[in-house]
Amino acid sequence: MAIDFRLNGRAVSFAGDASMPLLWYLRDHAALTGTKFGCGVSACGACTVHVDGRASRSCSLPVRGVAGREVVTIEGLENEGTLHTVQAAWIAEDVPQCGYCQAGQIMAAVDLLRRTPNPTDAEIGAITNLCRCGTYPRIRKAIHRAADALAREGAR
Amino acid sequence: MSAEWPSRRSFLVASASALGGLVVGVRRAWPDEGRGTAPSAKDGTTFDPVQLTAFVRINPDNRVTIGARGLEIGQGVMTSLPMLIAEELDVAWSMVTVEQLGHGLEAGEGGRLRWRYGDQSAGGSTSVSDGWGDLRAAGAQGRWLLRQAAANRWGVDANVLSTREGVVRHPDGREATYGELASTASQLALPESPIPLKSPTEFRIVGTRVGTADARAIVTGRARYGIDATIPGALVAVIERCPWLDGTLRSFDDSAARAIPGVRHVVAIDGPAPGAMITHNIAAGVAVVADDTWAALRGRAALRVEWERSAWSADDSEALERAANEALSHAGTMARSDGDFAAARRSAAREHSARYTVPFLAHATMEPQNCTIALRPDGATVITSTQVPDDVNRLVSELTGLPRTAIEVQLTRAGGGFGRRLRNDFVCEAVKVAQATGKPIKLLWTREEDMTHDFYRPFGVHELRATVDAGRRVTGWSHRVAATSRKFRDPGKVRDPEWVGVCDPDAYPAGVVPNYESEVVTVPFGLPMGWWRGPLHTFGAFATESFIDELAHELGRDAVELRLELIGTASELAYRDHGGPKFEPARLAHVLREAAQRIGWGTASVAGRGKGIACHFTFGGYTAHAMEVSVARGEVTIHRCVCVTDVGQPVNLLGLEAQMMGGTIDGLSTALRLEVTVRDGRVVQRNFPSYRLMRMAQAPDVEVHVVPSTARPVGAGEMGVPSALPCLANAIYAATGKRVRRLPVGGQV
Repeated sequence: MAIDFRLNGRAVSFAGDASMPLLWYLRDHAALTGTKFGCGVSACGACTVHVDGRASRSCSLPVRGVAGREVVTIEGLENEGTLHTVQAAWIAEDVPQCGYCQAGQIMAAVDLLRRTPNPTDAEIGAITNLCRCGTYPRIRKAIHRAADALAREGAR
Repeated sequence: MSAEWPSRRSFLVASASALGGLVVGVRRAWPDEGRGTAPSAKDGTTFDPVQLTAFVRINPDNRVTIGARGLEIGQGVMTSLPMLIAEELDVAWSMVTVEQLGHGLEAGEGGRLRWRYGDQSAGGSTSVSDGWGDLRAAGAQGRWLLRQAAANRWGVDANVLSTREGVVRHPDGREATYGELASTASQLALPESPIPLKSPTEFRIVGTRVGTADARAIVTGRARYGIDATIPGALVAVIERCPWLDGTLRSFDDSAARAIPGVRHVVAIDGPAPGAMITHNIAAGVAVVADDTWAALRGRAALRVEWERSAWSADDSEALERAANEALSHAGTMARSDGDFAAARRSAAREHSARYTVPFLAHATMEPQNCTIALRPDGATVITSTQVPDDVNRLVSELTGLPRTAIEVQLTRAGGGFGRRLRNDFVCEAVKVAQATGKPIKLLWTREEDMTHDFYRPFGVHELRATVDAGRRVTGWSHRVAATSRKFRDPGKVRDPEWVGVCDPDAYPAGVVPNYESEVVTVPFGLPMGWWRGPLHTFGAFATESFIDELAHELGRDAVELRLELIGTASELAYRDHGGPKFEPARLAHVLREAAQRIGWGTASVAGRGKGIACHFTFGGYTAHAMEVSVARGEVTIHRCVCVTDVGQPVNLLGLEAQMMGGTIDGLSTALRLEVTVRDGRVVQRNFPSYRLMRMAQAPDVEVHVVPSTARPVGAGEMGVPSALPCLANAIYAATGKRVRRLPVGGQV
């Protein structure tokens, strides 16, 4: 039986193995390679996507688990060519080094800011995504910058 | 280095000959056109861009595209190397678009191979120092052509013309943009003599803060890594590799694996002969080849494999550590011997010694190893995250018999390198699977395979001993290390001295302390060894810089003042290893003093906190760290972390600060929790839950200070790591009185 869900705003249907982790559906079947494979055991967060708005690790989430739900990947974060505020903050703080984990970091940060609009450093520390290059200090700065920008946008 | 390096003069010629023998100056497309979009004006008119040199394409509207030759593994070369070209071309950075160049291997005159873009590998932090020579020259060639084109147009001497931000100007007010001049400029011949380069006072781009050139592609998920490659018809392969060191495949049952829908092939892969050099793939294995990754993974899980264990298959980390400590009582290979250390011991007022243990480390690149390959009768396409594309090309040629110029290696971003991707064992596997199946193959390593089949950073026990006179001055120094050999089964290291990668015979205080010895004793062990970020230095600095700290406390001397004495006042000392040929003590002393000043060295910390300091010379760069930490319930908190570095002329200050910040955090992460251990001939750590990299919550802000300099730059990718580890240990001692002599810190505090 096909699994139906929404992916980056579009209705999709998957008739393959419903136990396939969402990560491999995205990368192999939906050609959305911005979501990365890092560990396969939910330990690194490189595969973070949003499921109904919440950051979820797609390497350990079977496709059947998103039936009827809304999945957003890094490719779906832009709005008609305009970067999400968090993406823009990432560029402004020059966060990426190798860049491999950053899609997952950004997805985690967007979720954090939705729930905690003005996070402290300790609250940002709740993001457990790994960065092998050690970009954490610039990630923190970018999240604070995005929080400020989002607050200004909200005030307008 | 099997390819002929094209002379500076030949950059322009090279670009022409590579494009099917076109005459120099004929308008021609960018070699990679077709991968990007053709530039066009707002009214829809499409312009032909002009290929000015191998690295530079200029559009009539004065936009400039600069090719990035380096492998981007996170060290920032996709930005810093084009900056060098842009500086000498004399354009504004805002005019520049950066594009990744392909692998520039081509047949030159007489069929000899040459590198169209120079050396494109990433290793040893040399990209910037290499580019400082040839890429600036390449930029200057472009500027020379454009200025000469303007001179010809106006009938004046080129020497009266100036350039600025993509415009050539005559003193009388006439001006022309590069875009207007490019077409005629590209038809001119370059002079035989070298073109003068800018002096540092004329720099407008070098030394500024420039954001990552392809940052937008990264944050939108569009940046392409090796793992993202697709080749039409490619099947996904995953390999079950022998878990025992150097074991072989006895038999396997693939009936259940083949029953998984989507599984197409199951193929046995030979490993290296037991005990032989590891020239190709790292281990024997069984490849499962399927329509997609999930089917391949399920198929692999369904394999039943019997392995043959080997002579190394009983190896064990605890036994190794005992053996290394025991080996230190035997003589080894002397790497350096000055004066008479034995005599210094006899006449010493006192001596102090200590042993320091450093573990095996895995690279754990965030992007697991992978290789996508299509073999055809007349050629091959290879896409892989590598640090050495030319080696990939050579390996595929060797395995397939295809001529090297028929093999296309596509360059992508790599999700980290750290030295792991200096080896191309995964490329060899992909070739073998492609040959066995006759299909294009996308090979993927899982994290468990990556962590248990690495070329690991060596393990070692260092023994430091210092002799001291009645005036508390150091008279003798001995640094002995019992280590697993970096040469072990590595064909690239056969001719190297025994101490390569584990002992730094010219590291300070060598050359300052009159009686000095360094010596290495090799301890046999079956784990393959490799380069790991700042290899020799992350291995050795922990021992040296911890010992100096201990010695200072032992002697009641200040740890900074003692270091300054051991660094000495020579204007320069000979340094044989990578980063030489000279070590300039004053530069190390300067970063040390600067770090001390910035952390407030000598002023008391609040109760429970302690300050530590350390410095190190790595690959021509000088770095010092100073930290303030506290320890509570076994958890280390880093309250302040200062990093001061002198790597010569900064190229991209923003990227340089990022490298030092990231290198520092890599060092702290490694010091706190990382080690690879072996039990029963198998690597114990299998994934991030047992190889616990630092996460956001523990990562300190790093206060990076870059020493202004106009000295020839070295890179920065590795210089931020080594002194971070001992600095942390020294700060822990200051905070707790607990001396960490074994890494990782783990539960010792």
